[in-house]
Amino acid sequence: MKIDNALVDRLAELSRLEFDDSAKEQIKGDLQKIFDMMDKLNDLNVDGVEPLIYMSDEVNVLRADEVKGQVTREEALLNAPQHDSDFFKVPKVIKK
Amino acid sequence: MSSVSDKYEVIVGLEVHAQLSTLSKMYCGDSAAFGAAPNTQVSPVSLGHPGTLPRVNRKAIEYAVKIGLATGSTIRRENQFARKNYFYADLPKGYQITQDKTPLCENGFIEFEVAGERKRVGLERIHMEEDAGKSTHDLDPYYTLVDLNRAGVPLIEIVSRPDIRSGDEAYQYLTEVRKLVRYLDICDGNMEEGSMRCDANISIRLKGDTGLNPRVEVKNMNSMRNVKKAIEYEFERQVELMERGERLAQETRGYDALKGVTLPQRSKELAHDYRYFPEPDLPPVIVTEEYVDAVRAAMPKLSRDLIAEYTTTYGLPEYDARVITDDKDTAFYLNDLLTLTKNYKAASNWLLGPIKSYLNENALEISELTVKPQTIADLIALIDAGKTNFAVASQRMLPELVANPTESPLAVLERLNLLQSSDEGMIKDLAVAVLAKYPDKVKAYQAGQKGLLGLFVGEVMKGSAGKADPKLTNKILTELLAG
Repeated sequence: MKIDNALVDRLAELSRLEFDDSAKEQIKGDLQKIFDMMDKLNDLNVDGVEPLIYMSDEVNVLRADEVKGQVTREEALLNAPQHDSDFFKVPKVIKK
Repeated sequence: MSSVSDKYEVIVGLEVHAQLSTLSKMYCGDSAAFGAAPNTQVSPVSLGHPGTLPRVNRKAIEYAVKIGLATGSTIRRENQFARKNYFYADLPKGYQITQDKTPLCENGFIEFEVAGERKRVGLERIHMEEDAGKSTHDLDPYYTLVDLNRAGVPLIEIVSRPDIRSGDEAYQYLTEVRKLVRYLDICDGNMEEGSMRCDANISIRLKGDTGLNPRVEVKNMNSMRNVKKAIEYEFERQVELMERGERLAQETRGYDALKGVTLPQRSKELAHDYRYFPEPDLPPVIVTEEYVDAVRAAMPKLSRDLIAEYTTTYGLPEYDARVITDDKDTAFYLNDLLTLTKNYKAASNWLLGPIKSYLNENALEISELTVKPQTIADLIALIDAGKTNFAVASQRMLPELVANPTESPLAVLERLNLLQSSDEGMIKDLAVAVLAKYPDKVKAYQAGQKGLLGLFVGEVMKGSAGKADPKLTNKILTELLAG
């Protein structure tokens, strides 16, 4: 698969990334290598092989409906780049 | 009068999100309670911190199986979860954990009555997922403020087939869904507070056509009334576009309740690309036959079960049964009352008559009624014993009992000096006096104007200060007048 500017732009938009043209060229090259490697996997014959999703055979790992493991608001807000005493603050999502 | 709209029909499918009333969240142990101070019900999992792992709430599975059974759905044995990826500030992980290819429930249905006809709407699926946090855009002039208390609260999404054909049908469908979740006790069903939310997929076509045109998805309607109005508005809007020969486009619109219109919401170039893939952090949930049987055995009675019980076991009219079961708490009140009196029809009459009027006049819910079922049973017993009558009991005694819920009905009768008299001698004396007072009317009665009996009864009642037993009075007067 050929990585073009449109695909890089689309991925950048989905991941909310921004970069200049020289960075874009570099990313294009890196992505191309990643895709080429993935393309190799397509050479494998996986007819009749179920997709592997889980690394263990466990099922029904459930928990009881109990309130536990909460952190305080101060702890919750600690790592946020911007916050006030109650809320996380993010750029305005809706323009008035 | 016919209009161009008559050529068309509206095709609607509804997606209902219902918050499950569990104590904790879907995939972690934060409290799921509504209304706490912002960001006080969060944990590293709901905050989306790296390295944290989700774990499924057992109760949420049970609740989802319950609604699956109540809607006649097929319950899937092997359930997987999936990540639905999108970028938004109130979704800290960057994906919602939902079910994609393996919804827990499929091919159920919801039945209801509309304009006297039975209508069945198919359900494509009911699946489990989690809610997002809440963004507030108007509290701060420069920033959007995010509260993550709601992030991770368990949701079920109930997706109907495009079987709905009018705003009224949508309204009744939602009424039925709300009734169902309330009877099942899995969601409080409150649309205004957001614990039940609805998006509508709306398209139109010429009657008789079988294909589907591009649909408009209308989001954010916070009442059943608004869903109905949005559908009616969209129908007219789309008919107008089509009549003008314009192409209808698939788009997302929001409903503006103040103006009563739908408005475009999202630009199309940002069309969503959710990139679903299986959630590797949550092992599959296997729902066994035995488990489903156990949930089925513990199912509470639903409104349709109670309607059957009221009409057969208790001989109540179907109309009474339907109206009473519209509200779960009213039905439960009647259930209690039916164990306390044998006069079932009187019990139903009290609920549909005086109690309902009192609640309506005071804008109260039956859960706020101070008068207990035992008191109503006592009132019914007093009327049946001839110690009072329905008019006195409902108009004079009920307000007294509402104000003094601990007083017994008999004590109220005595305090107000209203205890009905079955003293035949007293009533007869009064009756003789009344007839002596109106000799002309007596002649008229005897000449065939039987309606005059009411006048005589009224006079005797007046003379007894309202205490004479009206039935006995009737009987004595009839005998005296017969000579």
